[in-house]
Amino acid sequence: MTATRTALPAMSRRDEIWHGLRDTFPMMVGALPFGVIFGTLATAQGLSPMQVMSMSLFVFSGSAQFIAVGLVASSALWVIWAATFIINLRHLLYAANLVSHVRHLPQYWRFPLAAMLTDETFAVMELRYRQRGSAGQAHWYYLASCIGMWLNWNFWTLVGLVLGQGFPDLKSLGLEFAMVATFIGIVIPGLKTKPLWAAAITAGLIATLLHHLPYQSGLMLGALAGVGTGLILDLRRKQVKETAYE
Amino acid sequence: MSETSLSLLILGMALINLAIRYPVFLLADRFRFPALIERALAFVPAAVLTAIIVPAVIFPHGAEAELDWYNPYLLAAMLAAAISYFTRNLLATIVLGMAAFLLLRWWLGV
Repeated sequence: MTATRTALPAMSRRDEIWHGLRDTFPMMVGALPFGVIFGTLATAQGLSPMQVMSMSLFVFSGSAQFIAVGLVASSALWVIWAATFIINLRHLLYAANLVSHVRHLPQYWRFPLAAMLTDETFAVMELRYRQRGSAGQAHWYYLASCIGMWLNWNFWTLVGLVLGQGFPDLKSLGLEFAMVATFIGIVIPGLKTKPLWAAAITAGLIATLLHHLPYQSGLMLGALAGVGTGLILDLRRKQVKETAYE
Repeated sequence: MSETSLSLLILGMALINLAIRYPVFLLADRFRFPALIERALAFVPAAVLTAIIVPAVIFPHGAEAELDWYNPYLLAAMLAAAISYFTRNLLATIVLGMAAFLLLRWWLGV
């Protein structure tokens, strides 16, 4: 998984699937405790097994599912829908970022790749496209990452649903740190220019300062502030370069 | 909430997620983003993933900021960042980061 910048040989479909699953594995481990907790919590809130599983199968969005379960006793439908929308707006940015790598695929490929795009798969795909590009069978890698996350999420939801509080204490395993460590390992090597550093620092700072805002809107505002800062610095740098060449 | 409302809730959430995730891929061959947006999108991974991580390690339990030496999330995250910066190796960052997290939590007794 080390970054290599030489031209890499194309992989077969089987290798792409295997690598997609392998590179997503730490993310699957990281999602495990949240899947179990979701299954347990949703059941405790009075959702039927069918409803709990439908959420994980068809909504497939950890943060939105947790918010829904937290609000279901007290809030109107539209409030939860609005929260789902705000929380997941970042997926619009993910899709826009990845779209140039899937443009050549037919719709029956693009649909599942879009419908199952999560934070984790985005992070994995961003790294993969940065390192190896999107030629050949790359979409199998992407699909494997999606399906791995989806099966994993539903499996652990089911475990939480069935075992409930009987599941051993997950806190002692430290799995919840797996996602943080993986995201760090993906982000840091990508910070190759000053505008990229500025984008990351601004995003982290603003998201932290606005953490108290409802429905994780601080995350989205921080991300937008980071993207804006990066873009402005990037444009300015280009201007300076152009002036220097005159 | 009634059974009907719960079914509606789940259906609505699923559709909202699709409405966010799919349109860009759906229309991928009909339009391209303007050059300025394309340029801005290059900053999305660094910005969004950092906006997820930083609050997650500063507020590990939700509401209270834990900016101190007793927060294993924060300490392990800083260590993982240093490992990633110097090794550029993802697997090393994950494995050593998690090991550091477990050790720190055990050592700090939290």
